[in-house]
Amino acid sequence: MTVTVTHAPARANVNAGTDVKASTDIKADTAVKAPAPVTMAAALNRALADSLAADERVVVFGEDVGTLGGVFRVTEGLAARFGEDRVFDTPLAESGIIGTAIGMAMNGLIPVVEMQFDAFAYPAFEQVTSHLAKLRNRTRGKVALPVVVRVPYGGGIGAVEHHGDSSEAYYVHTPGLRVVTPGTPADAYRLLRQAVSCPDPVVFLAPTRRYWSKEATELGIDGPPLDRAVVRRPGRDVTLIAYGPMVATALEAAEAGAGDGWDLEVIDLRSLSPFDDATVAASVRRTGRAVVVHEAAGFAGYGAEVAARLTDQCFYYLEAPIARVTGLDIPYPPPHLEHLHLPNADRILDAVASLEWA
Amino acid sequence: MASFTRMIPVRGQSTVMGGSVATTPLQLIDPGGQPGGNPGELELPGDEVLRDLHRAMVLGRRFDTEATALARQGRLAVYPSSRGQDGCQVGAVLALREQDWLFPTYRDCVAVLTRGVSPAQTLSLMRGDWHCGYDPYQHRVAPQCTPLATNAAHAVGLAHAARLRRQDQAALVLLGDGATSEGDTHEALNFAAVWKAPVVFLVQNNGYAISVPLAKQTAAPTLAAKGIGYGMPALLIDGNDAAAVYSAVRAAIGRAAAGGGPTLIEAITYRIEPHTTADDASRYRDDAEVREWLSRDPVSRLAAYLAARGLLEEAARQRLSDEAERLAELVRAGGSAQDRPDPAELFDHVYARPTPILERERAALLAEIEEIEKIEEHPR
Repeated sequence: MTVTVTHAPARANVNAGTDVKASTDIKADTAVKAPAPVTMAAALNRALADSLAADERVVVFGEDVGTLGGVFRVTEGLAARFGEDRVFDTPLAESGIIGTAIGMAMNGLIPVVEMQFDAFAYPAFEQVTSHLAKLRNRTRGKVALPVVVRVPYGGGIGAVEHHGDSSEAYYVHTPGLRVVTPGTPADAYRLLRQAVSCPDPVVFLAPTRRYWSKEATELGIDGPPLDRAVVRRPGRDVTLIAYGPMVATALEAAEAGAGDGWDLEVIDLRSLSPFDDATVAASVRRTGRAVVVHEAAGFAGYGAEVAARLTDQCFYYLEAPIARVTGLDIPYPPPHLEHLHLPNADRILDAVASLEWA
Repeated sequence: MASFTRMIPVRGQSTVMGGSVATTPLQLIDPGGQPGGNPGELELPGDEVLRDLHRAMVLGRRFDTEATALARQGRLAVYPSSRGQDGCQVGAVLALREQDWLFPTYRDCVAVLTRGVSPAQTLSLMRGDWHCGYDPYQHRVAPQCTPLATNAAHAVGLAHAARLRRQDQAALVLLGDGATSEGDTHEALNFAAVWKAPVVFLVQNNGYAISVPLAKQTAAPTLAAKGIGYGMPALLIDGNDAAAVYSAVRAAIGRAAAGGGPTLIEAITYRIEPHTTADDASRYRDDAEVREWLSRDPVSRLAAYLAARGLLEEAARQRLSDEAERLAELVRAGGSAQDRPDPAELFDHVYARPTPILERERAALLAEIEEIEKIEEHPR
């Protein structure tokens, strides 16, 4: 194909605008070996840049992703580096963004589109659920849609209404979609690169409250595949099952719980659909107890599916009912009250303490 | 006819360009088979094209009649007839070049057939075998769109990708008057105009969205007038004049391919049959209206024009009639075994490779089917 690519001079700094000053907390004499801390936003930016550089079929578009570099600066510098045929602003219309991405994928491109915020993706719901998810099946496998829909999601950023939803249950209930969500900068890079390479449509839910969290890590595509959960912290007493923004919260709970004598294992699901039964069930068979954590409302939430699956697969190993620590069953609250809605380490440890220890 | 009152010409303007509102449909051949009174900038296609249009309409009409009969016999789950809209569907499809794409709706089986899809595969959706029975890449025909207007955005995306990839390729999307009320029509028209995408929007305005007449659908003077708001050239044409449809779409495709951007075409037509074989049209329209539109039939109109010019002799008519009967036999025969997927295939195309959950469900379903078959073979 003959997509015109405007290459800027090769340069390492595709993360302009992200906090590179963070490297000052690494001692100069050890910095030679240690990787520089990288934020999740910078990791996402690097993943997009590397995807664009690796495959000329990749195009990145959405609202404000071109000139501005995205409202979270995740696409910063990409339009300048790769040209406006490959990274471009669209009219403000989410259904149009997904709908045209479908047509582009039918014609050989790999669209990686941005929905500006979780709740702003809802106008595109029909295109996502009726077409993006189903066109392969509708055409008996003839039309593949390797589209990535990148959705910043979740609360905890002090934003006004419609900027804090956790919409994963809507997507995972749609066969044909893959749904992934990173909990760390390294996974943000890896999962996004893997999503771009995946022949299936992928809804990539990126937790906005972790965009500025840093990790001293090399960014690479190798590692666990797109559909695998990982054990973030091994433990013997209880399995904490978390994903996206709640991975850090679960790790915080495990750390605090260690002081109280709890040895808590933390699983980062990474892939919500498909669900990695093997990794999660193996952990719960070892610990005999599990707590599922998510920001979204509990009723008919993702945790209900996890609890049901684990009950089926681990019933004779369970010492207690599987607990859920979730957001309240309310519309997302105003920012001054959101701390009361969101799960935190204390609530997780309260749930741990309730698991039939007598 | 009440719903079409506003469509009756009040001024002689032809196209919407730069702000003027057209109200007289462009026409090359009138209902009596005479040269039309308002050709505007439309060019009459050559004799060969006119013969092709007539042939494809006769075949499409026969296909449509047979499919309607099969639906009434219960051999199709449902069938939404193209009858009356043959001129739109055939004219538009024959105007496409080999490399162009068609984005049809459920109403457009005759368009799909005319593009070259086999009769059996055209009817997979209506037979209930699978949601789309053909390989879209074989004839560059997207699956028929059932939720309206969503295909418009797909067409724009495909066309824009062609432009990004420097491919000489355009897309034609078929819409109905009802679909113009959907948000996706607006978004697609707007994206297409902003991107100058090589795409042609053909609205087959047949006066009704199932039962709801156009007057309850829009307050715009015409649907073509909506092009003004998008900064997009638009035409209002007689959709029962296949020559006019062909000429308008051909010119729009040429303009799109040359980098001139999208065009909106409103074709005035009429759905002779009910919405589908499951609909009762007598609840919302009267026979007089249907009879009036039967007198504007697109097939007999072109036949009359060709006959008057000595381009349709009796022998040719007979050959065409025989060809149509052979087509009807194919429609009756239905698809091959390959066109009817077996239950295991339900799990094959959800993802590129079935997930562990799907593998387990497939095994369970096949075991269940085997169990049922055993019981049926050896009832207690």
